[in-house]
Amino acid sequence: MGILEVKDVGKRFGGLQALSDVNLSVKENSVHAIIGPNGAGKSTLLNCLVGKLIPDTGSVMFDGQSVLGRAPYEINQMGISRVFQTPEIFGDLTVLENMMIPCFAKRDGAFELNALSSVLRQKDILQKAEHMLEEMNMADKRHMHAAAMSRGDKRRLEIGMCLSQEPRLLLLDEPTAGMARADTNNTIDLLKQISDERDITIAIIEHDMHVVFSLANRITVLAQGTPLVEDDPQNIRGNPKVREAYLGESA
Amino acid sequence: MFGLNKKDTSLLIIVACLTMFAPFILNPFPTDSGLAQFNAGYPDLMQRFVIFGIFAIGFNILFGLTGYLSFGHAAFLGVGSYSAVWMFKLIGMNVIPAIVLSVIVAGLFALLIGFISLRRSGIYFSILTLAFAQMSFNLAYSVLTPITNGETGLQLTLEDPRILGVSATADGSIPVTNLFGLEMRSTFEMAVGPWAFQFNAGYYLCAFIMLAAFYLSIRIFRSPFGMMLRAVKSNQQRMNYTGLNTRPYTLAAFVISGMYAGLAGGLMASMDPLAGAERMQWTASGEVVLMTILGGAGTLIGPVLGAGFIKYFENIFSKINDNVLHSWFSFMPDGMEDAVVFLIHPFIGKGWHLTLGILFMLVVIFLPGGLVEGGQRIKGWLSGRKAKDDGKAAGETNPAE
Ligand SMILES: Nc1ncnc2c1ncn2[C@@H]1O[C@H](COP(=O)(O)OP(=O)(O)OP(=O)(O)O)[C@@H](O)[C@H]1O
Ligand SMILES: [Mg+2]
Repeated sequence: MGILEVKDVGKRFGGLQALSDVNLSVKENSVHAIIGPNGAGKSTLLNCLVGKLIPDTGSVMFDGQSVLGRAPYEINQMGISRVFQTPEIFGDLTVLENMMIPCFAKRDGAFELNALSSVLRQKDILQKAEHMLEEMNMADKRHMHAAAMSRGDKRRLEIGMCLSQEPRLLLLDEPTAGMARADTNNTIDLLKQISDERDITIAIIEHDMHVVFSLANRITVLAQGTPLVEDDPQNIRGNPKVREAYLGESA
Repeated sequence: MFGLNKKDTSLLIIVACLTMFAPFILNPFPTDSGLAQFNAGYPDLMQRFVIFGIFAIGFNILFGLTGYLSFGHAAFLGVGSYSAVWMFKLIGMNVIPAIVLSVIVAGLFALLIGFISLRRSGIYFSILTLAFAQMSFNLAYSVLTPITNGETGLQLTLEDPRILGVSATADGSIPVTNLFGLEMRSTFEMAVGPWAFQFNAGYYLCAFIMLAAFYLSIRIFRSPFGMMLRAVKSNQQRMNYTGLNTRPYTLAAFVISGMYAGLAGGLMASMDPLAGAERMQWTASGEVVLMTILGGAGTLIGPVLGAGFIKYFENIFSKINDNVLHSWFSFMPDGMEDAVVFLIHPFIGKGWHLTLGILFMLVVIFLPGGLVEGGQRIKGWLSGRKAKDDGKAAGETNPAE
């Protein structure tokens, strides 16, 4: 049994069957990549995992509990964090404040009316956020407006924010899309380090094969809304079906 | 001090000094001088400054922090006024129970309206609040006449029970509002040379309450809750995927700001015990939006400045008429005097809205951060470039100043 079990999931948008019979099992502490051509349904699948979409059929179990019908914030509180295709951060807030918010969410839950104590008195939160910023190598930017940072830094910040919630499953949707080579390599190193040092499972959607083969120890290929194969990286490389559906096109 | 950092403490102290010495500050011109009509230091207007200040401070907690633009906040002010007048009718003329009830009732009303309106965001939220407020306004005029006394407005009468007080005073008139015996209308006049300064009990009650309200809003701005509200404004999607439920946060902000509005309404009725439906009209809701934006939405002091600015215009500019203008420009040759008066005429008296409208547009276009931004720029110019850069850095660490 994996930490995430997707069974027979189907999702239809009007006349388009975006997902059908999707079965997926993500093992605990693995890095599981989901690849596939454009429009294969990768993002749709991810949206079904985090409560943004509700699948028409099938079930999604996280750690033995169903996530279906729960709001995104509830699913997050269960231990699933998500990094978006374009970084979603609090642009108007400072980098440090950005980092503090997930720490509050972890400590106080989905809502806490803490209206009279000063933020500066929350020593534990401040400490944790500062620590995380150091780990992300962005402590020097702590008082910057998050919106003013480069895309690579925003991505880093977003990953850091997700990690400070200590999630058990981290979902990433094309974390290196549109990034320069150097930023991409930094992100690969960061994710490697995260998966080595932490008790965490990572599921990653990615087009960049360099990223996929550097990180993944399990790969699912999605084509036209259905998983084509699920296998170890070395077998995926040589699989003719995959070449035809995907690698052949992009290589 | 008071659990605030140095900068906030000094801001609070400045505001406290300004409000305490307002009778002097607002009366700079000797009573007999031609400029005396620019004096704003009379009780009625000073009360309005601080009461609308409270209203705007509360509105800013919702709009300034979360970005949810309510167009119906006057409804809570109106409900607060009605509640207070009912307290004066049924219980007695002490203002404390009246103010307490107005805050509670407005809070409950805000809970109901907020619960429904916050299902939507953006323009739909604004329209929903507007619809609710107009509905309340129309109900107050029609169906709810037994409670609101319809068009006449709710007033005190000699037949009111006032179980903890008297229906009528010994000389057969309606008793006046008081704070444990201190009459709200009682005013101490101090004549210093050609000046006359007025110290009104009602004003000082309102001023103390405004200071408390202002202090509370600073605490909210600096709290984790305040930070969450700013996060809601910045990115709701990220909030949701960070395990935070935005709805109770926005609802709490809505109810708190509704309670501030109710407090303002209760104080209004405590100064002058009557309440009419027009207090709930959309123009009144729009006014508090203007105050907040004009002063600087999301800043601590902005709403208070905006409220003072608009109320000053409303009361002082509207009183300038052609005769006054002629007396000012009488030193000019006749034809020129008439021409100047003719040119200025549309901007004064009933035309004060025009002046205010132009000023509002200028502020929104050139000072998006409102009067507060204007003040910061002036400060920057005065203390040179270096200070300006420092100010920028400070702004980055404390965006919700
Ligand atoms: N909300 C929606 N409404 C209608 N159709 C949608 C919606 N979301 C996705 N689709 C369609 O579903 C299909 C799968 O989309 P999805 O975004 O999941 O693909 P993807 O694998 O993530 O592609 P890419 O690699 O380009 O990101 C596409 O044809 C897309 O147009
Ligand atoms: Mg996608």
